[in-house]
Amino acid sequence: MFDGPEPIYVQIAQQIRSQVLAGELAEEEQVMSTTQFATTFRINPATAAKAFTGLVEEGVLYKRRGLGMFVAPGARERLLDQHRTAYFDDVLAPALAQADVLGIPADEIVAYVHARRHGTGPDGPAATDHTTNQEQS
Amino acid sequence: MTPPAPFGARLDDVVVRFGKQRRMSADGNTFREDATTALDGVGLTVRPGTITGILGRNGAGKSTMLSLLAAFTRPTSGTVRVGTEGAQEDPWENAWVTSNVQLVRESGDLQDDEKLSETLKYYADLRPYWDVDLAGRLLDMFEVSPRKKPAALSRGKKSAVGATIGLAARAPLTIFDEVYLGMDAPTRYAFYDEILADYAEHPRTILLSSHLVEEVERLFEDVVVLDRGRVLLAETAEEMGRRGFSLTGPASAVERLTGERRILHRQQLGATVQVTLEGAPDDGEAATARDAGVELGSLPLQDLFVRLTDPARKGTS
Repeated sequence: MFDGPEPIYVQIAQQIRSQVLAGELAEEEQVMSTTQFATTFRINPATAAKAFTGLVEEGVLYKRRGLGMFVAPGARERLLDQHRTAYFDDVLAPALAQADVLGIPADEIVAYVHARRHGTGPDGPAATDHTTNQEQS
Repeated sequence: MTPPAPFGARLDDVVVRFGKQRRMSADGNTFREDATTALDGVGLTVRPGTITGILGRNGAGKSTMLSLLAAFTRPTSGTVRVGTEGAQEDPWENAWVTSNVQLVRESGDLQDDEKLSETLKYYADLRPYWDVDLAGRLLDMFEVSPRKKPAALSRGKKSAVGATIGLAARAPLTIFDEVYLGMDAPTRYAFYDEILADYAEHPRTILLSSHLVEEVERLFEDVVVLDRGRVLLAETAEEMGRRGFSLTGPASAVERLTGERRILHRQQLGATVQVTLEGAPDDGEAATARDAGVELGSLPLQDLFVRLTDPARKGTS
């Protein structure tokens, strides 16, 4: 867990964003405390706290005094907007660059996209694949 | 009784020299051993309330420095101050400091010929915030019977007793000096988990020295690297992470991205090159690297440590 090149707090924040995006963390749902995070992933509590501070500033989480951190109302919509904008540059562009390297023609890619999107629903393997790619990038 | 706020510490220009000694050689003759310098002008501030990692090669001066903080050793020159923010005092023969500082040494400081319960009683008397329930729970978890004598315990079990004493003391400054020795991997991980859980519940300053850098680096908020009796680095773990990164990909793209940066290490496998560079990538560089098919990697603290303390390195940067 959290083996990427970015600082761990950046990766933690990314993981929580992904969970909110995927609906695994619902709005107004409580997230793990810094202590739970620290002991679960064996990291310094200050590192976990730093991730949470960033997410509060972004409006993804908010703090209820004495209770802990909760997913902010409207957080998922805001994240969806941001990620939809970034999707083409961050996810699709590298995949297409790789297709160029492999000499896969554009119409083959288009045909694949059509087949996959019609063949499987939004919760099918295609959707899962995209989330995984995003987490890794 | 609530413990005082977490203790900080400050060392200024500290030198520790162990004097000339008469020693006996194997054939029975005596000879004089020259004085050795364990610490050679150490300046350091330990931030209260942090878990700070103390790293250094064998003989770098880690144990000497840690024993100064607990008044097990006195500096030859320089000043040592330990205590709460704004109220730091010289630890030497200072009851307030020494009762609030728990140093667990690698040896464990156990009463070998008495039942373990005697050693625990001793620490319970010595430490004003001793948690007897925690001590019992940890010994259970580590599967150590308090009815045994420490002499009958394995290396790893003795270390587990040391870990128990360090945590149950709840001292505002708690120091673990290579306490993991002999512990198997599951025990070490259980020890790290207990440190984090208890630290989160009962904030205090924890210093942890270890050679198992990869295992413990994520526990640290601050990191100190000692080398040959001096402080080579003392900064947050995050700052340390920005000291280097790696690029892996096609040679030409990697070289272009490297630019004027200092190369710490270079490896080539066919057309693929991996370079370890000093510094951190700029905001735009991550995207440029990705477009060029170059993978950006972090530099593990372990690697950085090995390079920083390499005896063959050219100067210090």
